[in-house]
Amino acid sequence: MAEVTLDHVSKRFQEVDAVDDLSLTIADGEFLILVGPSGCGKTTALRLIAGLEKGTAGTIRIGDRVVNDVTPRDRDIAMVFQNYALYPHMSVYKNLAFGLKERKTPKPEIERRVREVGEMLGLKDLMKRRPAQLSGGQRQRVAMGRALVREPAVFLMDEPLSNLDAKLRVQMRAELKRLHQRLGITTIYVTHDQVEAMTLADRVVVMANGKVQQIGRPQEVYGAPANLFVAGFIGSPPMNLLRANVADGEIVAGSMRLPGPAGVAGGEVALGFRPEDVQVVEDGPSFELVVDVVEPLGNLVVVHGSTEGTPVQSGAEEEEELPMVVSGSRTQVTAVFAPELEPAPGATLRVGVAPRRVHLFDLRTGTAIRPRHD
Amino acid sequence: MTDVDASVIEPPAKQRRPSLLFSRWHLVLLPIALVMVVPLVWMAVTSLQTLNETRHYPPTLVPSSLRFKNYGDVLRDTPFARWFVNTLVVTLVSVVGNLIFCSLAGYAFARIRFFGRNVTFVLILATLMVPFQVTVIPTFLIVRQLGMIDTLGALIVPNLAGAFGIFMLRQFFLTLPVELEEAARIDGATRLGVLLKIVLPLSGPALATLAVITFLWTWNDFFWPLITIYSANNMTLQLGLATFQGAHQTNTNLLMAANVMSVLPMLIIFFLAQRYFIRGIATTGLKG
Repeated sequence: MAEVTLDHVSKRFQEVDAVDDLSLTIADGEFLILVGPSGCGKTTALRLIAGLEKGTAGTIRIGDRVVNDVTPRDRDIAMVFQNYALYPHMSVYKNLAFGLKERKTPKPEIERRVREVGEMLGLKDLMKRRPAQLSGGQRQRVAMGRALVREPAVFLMDEPLSNLDAKLRVQMRAELKRLHQRLGITTIYVTHDQVEAMTLADRVVVMANGKVQQIGRPQEVYGAPANLFVAGFIGSPPMNLLRANVADGEIVAGSMRLPGPAGVAGGEVALGFRPEDVQVVEDGPSFELVVDVVEPLGNLVVVHGSTEGTPVQSGAEEEEELPMVVSGSRTQVTAVFAPELEPAPGATLRVGVAPRRVHLFDLRTGTAIRPRHD
Repeated sequence: MTDVDASVIEPPAKQRRPSLLFSRWHLVLLPIALVMVVPLVWMAVTSLQTLNETRHYPPTLVPSSLRFKNYGDVLRDTPFARWFVNTLVVTLVSVVGNLIFCSLAGYAFARIRFFGRNVTFVLILATLMVPFQVTVIPTFLIVRQLGMIDTLGALIVPNLAGAFGIFMLRQFFLTLPVELEEAARIDGATRLGVLLKIVLPLSGPALATLAVITFLWTWNDFFWPLITIYSANNMTLQLGLATFQGAHQTNTNLLMAANVMSVLPMLIIFFLAQRYFIRGIATTGLKG
């Protein structure tokens, strides 16, 4: 077990900064998740810690040892790969034992540890099988087991659940959390799935373009996004973002008027609010939401609609996401309601957002504007 | 059983080969096969004839008696056994050498980043395009300087590694998922350990193909031994067979008996490793 420290670490591939000045301390026993869209540098960061890539700048420490020039085998880490990377020509037993054998562990010790891990992960009856004879979930377990059996100081996981189907993923996610709670090994986990990030992590690092956008507990990152990118990336459906003006203690966006926060200078800002913070109101500060599409999910209803205003891009939008056809000066708004309220498409709802649920961002820099609470 | 039952039990018709006794292609292949096989049969037949029968015109394809004595004569009158052993030694050492050195070089070119890697690789590839006739004299001079003329070393050393083998194994290694090797390195294996324990065990087909091709090529090589070997004791089979052909007289029946014996190992290898021959031909056009 060990603390991992990254100190101004950068990695440059030709012209691209894959990881740009990353500084991070992962506490002993912490479950830290690097999350971001593809190409944000999270996997490169993990590979730098593993020693599979050589950084262009900065220092990496595992425990109190600088490991910049230490080979992967001597870093006392274990890694789970996205495609599991099980040795196809070896049985499950040999796959698990390989790392110990390479380290000249005495045979009885190898047998004991492989048996122990096999029991922990329910692999006991599969020991003689080859990877090709295993199901996806079983392969995933073997990959986990191969890392566990080594009893490393740090676990590195590169999207370990992304090749599983949805149901198995939820199951393995819970299992992973249980495993971490039981063993308490420092874990650095890379994913693009924000649900995994939210549910598993002690702390989340949101990355984009090789840079850290925000580090914090999942609730912090969700509740108080540090900038537009994090606001747009974390949360599903994503946060609604539109242009607004702050003037005379009031936020004005299209037909929407909300009481302005104290201590915020006037001018144009980006206004954000989460779909679940949209509420149907009788009177008070509110705006009209014209319902477009209704998606009942059983426990809640997702309503896609539009209102007057100009949208703001967070930079976290998926590429394939097409801008919805919105006529004139209207912007798209997503709301989540209780299932009892199931509006018909085409209906107009009067909705509002509680002032303390409103997020404001600087339009130019994207950083959050935090109102002073006096 | 009724027809309905049978249709339930039998696998779907799609998965079965058409139940014709032979494919229409066989009508084309059969005559070609015949053309290929006739010389082989003729050789075997001639090896059992008397010298007079071999000179008969038109040639007799059915010998009057089976003269197995020809084989005994070859073994008694010529150092055939010696040639056979020489060829076997040269071939086996070349095969093993190619497997070792080509896999080391191929792996380095496939996976290790080093200064000048691509330039070196292109240079090695370029040698594939230079005909042997161009390099034969420099190679001869080097071998002579090493003092290996008229020894088996002259046949072995220049053939311990080849551009083709390096190229073929590199291409194959590139198709293996790199994560396997990374996992092994994190698990504690050294570079050499990764090659020996992960990469090579997964490269069986490629290694077999290289072995078979090298075997075939070395066993049948005539030109290079002809230049470097003078004494009868150091000859290979191909060279030894040529000595049967005299300026004034050729004992065709004995020559064919020797031929049969020299071709036999190739035939055995071919039947055992047919699919690797085919793969070898197929991979010569492997995509980069």
